[in-house]
Amino acid sequence: MNNEGEEMETREKTTPSSLANVANARGQKKPGTAPLGSGLEARGVHAWFGKHLALKNVSLDFSSGTVTALIGPSGCGKSTFIRTLNRMHEFIPSAAFAGEVLLDNKDIYDSSVDVTKIRLQIGMVFQKPNPFPSMTIGENVLSGIKLAQLNIPKSEQDDLLEDCLIRAGLWNEVKDRLDAHGGSLSGGQQQRLCIARSLAVKPKILLMDEPCSALDPGSTLRIEETISQLSSSMTIIIVTHNMQQAARVSDYTAFFLSDGGPGELVEVGPTSQIFTKPRDQRTENYVSGRFG
Amino acid sequence: MTLIQNQIEIPTPSKPWVKTPLQRVPSIAVGIAALALAGAIVEATPLKGKLGFFLVFVPLITVLQYLLARIRATRKAAQDIFVASFMWTASFLVFLPTASILATTVTKGLEGLRLSIFTNTMAAASYTDPIEMGGLLHALVGTIYLILLSVIISVPLGILTALYLTEIKGPGSAFIQFIVQAMSGVPSVIAGLFVFSAVILATPLEASSLMGAFALAILMVPTVTRTSQEVLVLIPNDLREAGLALGATQWKTVALVVVPAAKSGLITAIILGVARIAGETAPLLFVLGGTDALNSNPFSGFNSGLPLYIWKGFLIGLPESVQRAWTGILVLLILVLILFTAARVFGPKKGRF
Amino acid sequence: MSDTLPVQRKITTKPRPSDVAFRGIVTSFGFINLAILTLIGAFLLFRGIEVFKVEGLSFFTDQKWEVTEESGITSGNIGIGAMLIGTLIAALIALVVALPVSVLTALMLNFYAPIWIRTFFITVIDLMAAFPSILFGLWGFFVLMPSAEYWAMLLNRYFGWFPLFQVDQPFFTRSPFIAGLVLAIMIIPIVTSVSREVFSQAPLDRIQAAYSLGANKWSMIKSVVLPFGANGVVGGAMLGLGRAFGETVAVYTVLNLVYAINWQILFGAGGNVASHIVTRWGEAGEYEVKALLAAGFVLFVLTLAVNFLADRIVRSTVKKGR
Repeated sequence: MNNEGEEMETREKTTPSSLANVANARGQKKPGTAPLGSGLEARGVHAWFGKHLALKNVSLDFSSGTVTALIGPSGCGKSTFIRTLNRMHEFIPSAAFAGEVLLDNKDIYDSSVDVTKIRLQIGMVFQKPNPFPSMTIGENVLSGIKLAQLNIPKSEQDDLLEDCLIRAGLWNEVKDRLDAHGGSLSGGQQQRLCIARSLAVKPKILLMDEPCSALDPGSTLRIEETISQLSSSMTIIIVTHNMQQAARVSDYTAFFLSDGGPGELVEVGPTSQIFTKPRDQRTENYVSGRFG
Repeated sequence: MTLIQNQIEIPTPSKPWVKTPLQRVPSIAVGIAALALAGAIVEATPLKGKLGFFLVFVPLITVLQYLLARIRATRKAAQDIFVASFMWTASFLVFLPTASILATTVTKGLEGLRLSIFTNTMAAASYTDPIEMGGLLHALVGTIYLILLSVIISVPLGILTALYLTEIKGPGSAFIQFIVQAMSGVPSVIAGLFVFSAVILATPLEASSLMGAFALAILMVPTVTRTSQEVLVLIPNDLREAGLALGATQWKTVALVVVPAAKSGLITAIILGVARIAGETAPLLFVLGGTDALNSNPFSGFNSGLPLYIWKGFLIGLPESVQRAWTGILVLLILVLILFTAARVFGPKKGRF
Repeated sequence: MSDTLPVQRKITTKPRPSDVAFRGIVTSFGFINLAILTLIGAFLLFRGIEVFKVEGLSFFTDQKWEVTEESGITSGNIGIGAMLIGTLIAALIALVVALPVSVLTALMLNFYAPIWIRTFFITVIDLMAAFPSILFGLWGFFVLMPSAEYWAMLLNRYFGWFPLFQVDQPFFTRSPFIAGLVLAIMIIPIVTSVSREVFSQAPLDRIQAAYSLGANKWSMIKSVVLPFGANGVVGGAMLGLGRAFGETVAVYTVLNLVYAINWQILFGAGGNVASHIVTRWGEAGEYEVKALLAAGFVLFVLTLAVNFLADRIVRSTVKKGR
């Protein structure tokens, strides 16, 4: 149901050419156009749950200021991979890891690293919107400051609040009710609130784990617009099972696959290329809808 | 077109976020230093004894570990260490009395533990006689009677109530649920007073094991009901539907499908109920009467129970009687622990937490 | 184009007689509980009502308990005021000690402890819950009291400026303080268990959200777990309170009953309704028995009220949910 009369993608059999049209229409971003620090690089990442190898030898270099989509059928390790990038994978008691993840050329898994600082620089938006119910909208946005115990003077906090909500595309809708309860918003608004919340701690990189899969198409498009705008000032990595979304939103696409075994990176490249002329047959099979 | 698989060697899994033993060395060293320092401070100052040591050691190790974390890591990590100290102290305060109680019971009770106490009663001996004379047979038998009769009274009531709440879910369910919850809060002394007031005063019946069982049943039913409920709720609905689909009536489904499936859990519920009431003392003071000889009739005449035996030993207060009390408590504790272990072993394998 | 929906059919089954009987039996057993609870209240009230009528409201406020019986005529200047206040004092002391210890232990078990320590402590707590109350009574008297007496002396010496810690005379044994300590140890298992259960239900995605914003463990607990679990912890605390109100033999051994309200918790004098009933029972004549039953009725209503409140509070946590 879409109240705003925006265009919705019709459900037709996806053919590479139509996806390619979307991808091409977006215009491919050249790497390095955004003024940013260095990007994120994963080298030889392996991830286990107990004895079970879930992710095998993934190496990806994410260029600054780009949006990279991670696609692939469910269960192929995309979510596991993205959680190794901000050290959330280790919360699972049986988790084990090998490889390196480099931020500013420093391995984030090094023992001298303050993991909570890493998570400030590499933010995350989750699949299900999860604002803190015990806080108001305003408090939710600034909650990262409290949680990470950052020293930001009160005077700056109001500006930060407004700035984050504007960038998340939510300011106009909530500017008059910043004291309202965090849970009083619709699903799409809550997710944008969560995006604003992640922005408040000024991350260089934003990880998004299927951020729109729990939302209706109208909210989804709104968030995709937000992603496009945000990508000018940060690097975004988005996991999505929706190929059209990947085509709409990303500059680069990485295709993951697991054929019963551990998940692996099959192919990565500029989005338009992945959807028009993929190099690997498996990629072609997936994007043309032959499986998945 | 087949792609050549990259033949790479899979590295060994590791957990870079876990502290290696080498990394733990500084905090262990700090811990030992704190112990030594606290000992030295206690020696040098008027603070004395275990309490003194405790009061010095805990703040000392907290501060030292905090400083260590601050220097080696960040303020946020140090904050976590600081908070954790409080939690460890609290946990220690939980552990200490339990260990003390267990140790005391065993050490004090063991002295009097001998075969003779299980074969003699206090009919011929007095509480102030040395422990070689007399025994707790009458109390043990009394407790067994209480357990048996309580089970007979409360198990049907408890399980049927649980069935009402889970299988029939009638209109009064929420209310009955609340009633059961309220019953579990009734103090044991009240249960005893009630049976006294409602039965002993009002009818020609007098104190006996049966009366005790009535009082204990009031305490046991809520436990049995609640545990049975937890078990019955876990039985998947598919089983019930399968029974009904085969044409069985509801009561047949419940009796022949649901209850057998929940059997082990229901037995656990009963055992837990028994463990709860085996050690209750207060109700017995009002409705049992107390006796020093073995009364093998649970339905008539004053009777006894382990808690009463213990209680009397304590009240008399002389060393021999207190010894009897401790030995009695040891026997009672062993009984309760056997019951709890049995419940764990025979119970459903779901972990409670 | 009119498309009216068809009328819904009423589907009924004729219940088989065996099912009717089954439902009847089970339902009636369910309601027997209600009957028992009502009867408890009814009988205690019935027996004790005479005393309420005679003594009136002073039953609740009078601190003295003097019963004299002369040849059938009974007169008493009796009240459970001191006993009631004493029960409350000891229970509050128990809660003040047990609540922080239990909550911290629950947090430790859920978030800080390695698995082997967690299993070990769960066993320890289950063990504590299994101990019969008479064991606490004996241990409290023989083992805890000598140490607690010493602690009370220290408290009095160094913190004696605080009114609660003053004593008129240096008698530190069998005081509300010691009774409170024993009760605290008895209610720790239940408060810890309820807190643990509540904390373990804190929504994982919010916990992860907190970590993803750079929180350390304590920040996460403060902002997600504690707000979520606050209600449940309060409910658990009230359950513990209810238990503390009704304990009898554990308090009897470590509390010296004195029929005057005593706010000096370190001093060896206090009140407790349950202990009082047990103490006076042995030699009570007819009138006094009724009075004790009346006291029992008051205790019954008190514990019922506390448990009712606890139940409500815990339920509202469940409803509020995530």
